[in-house]
Amino acid sequence: MNKILFFAHLRDAVGEEFLCLDASGKTVAQLKAELSEKYDLPRMDTVMTAINEEFASNDEVIQDGDEIAFIPPVSGG
Amino acid sequence: MKFYEISKEPINIQEVIDKVVQREAGAITTFIGTVRELTYGKKTLFLIYEAYEAMAVKKLEQIGREIEERWAGSQVAITHRVGRLDITDVAVVIAVSTPHRADAYEANRYAIERIKEIVPIWKKEHWEDGEEWVGNQLETKAYPSGKPEEGDLSE
Repeated sequence: MNKILFFAHLRDAVGEEFLCLDASGKTVAQLKAELSEKYDLPRMDTVMTAINEEFASNDEVIQDGDEIAFIPPVSGG
Repeated sequence: MKFYEISKEPINIQEVIDKVVQREAGAITTFIGTVRELTYGKKTLFLIYEAYEAMAVKKLEQIGREIEERWAGSQVAITHRVGRLDITDVAVVIAVSTPHRADAYEANRYAIERIKEIVPIWKKEHWEDGEEWVGNQLETKAYPSGKPEEGDLSE
């Protein structure tokens, strides 16, 4: 299983802080596309992804147990 | 001592500064980021900051490592606040000490610019007539590969 975390406007769109689902074997891009369609997520081309708290590219393959986070453009400071 | 923190409580500025005191330093610069009321004429009532805390601390540590590699003898401490902040509240404090003053200014500037690039923290602006998560304000920055460019990564 994988924990998928959402932040900022994505959290509002999904309506949950996180989802638990099995994404192992999928690429980041595949998972992004599936969730984007299911939840009608806006502006996903600007969203970065982290696997286990480190930035990951769209072609990285998700392993069982990985924590995935979708990171909209940041606005700290 | 924790040099990089996400805090739900108001930041004690002096405590952040004290972390970078060192005998080799000839300068300490402190950056204090505060909540501004007016942005291009639009009036902010308050802000909510949210963080992916575990990763945010890691990315602050990465920025600290980058600075300590680039500016010899530097020491860095950063605390970023989360939760509800009112106008004039302190959102972030960055303290940098270095042997010479020019480096302390430069390295401190580098830290705040990097925070705005790679640290997973977001603010939601609450105005008189609505609210919105602020990303890259002009939405000009896309991430075609899904992550920041090479220089933004820790490897």
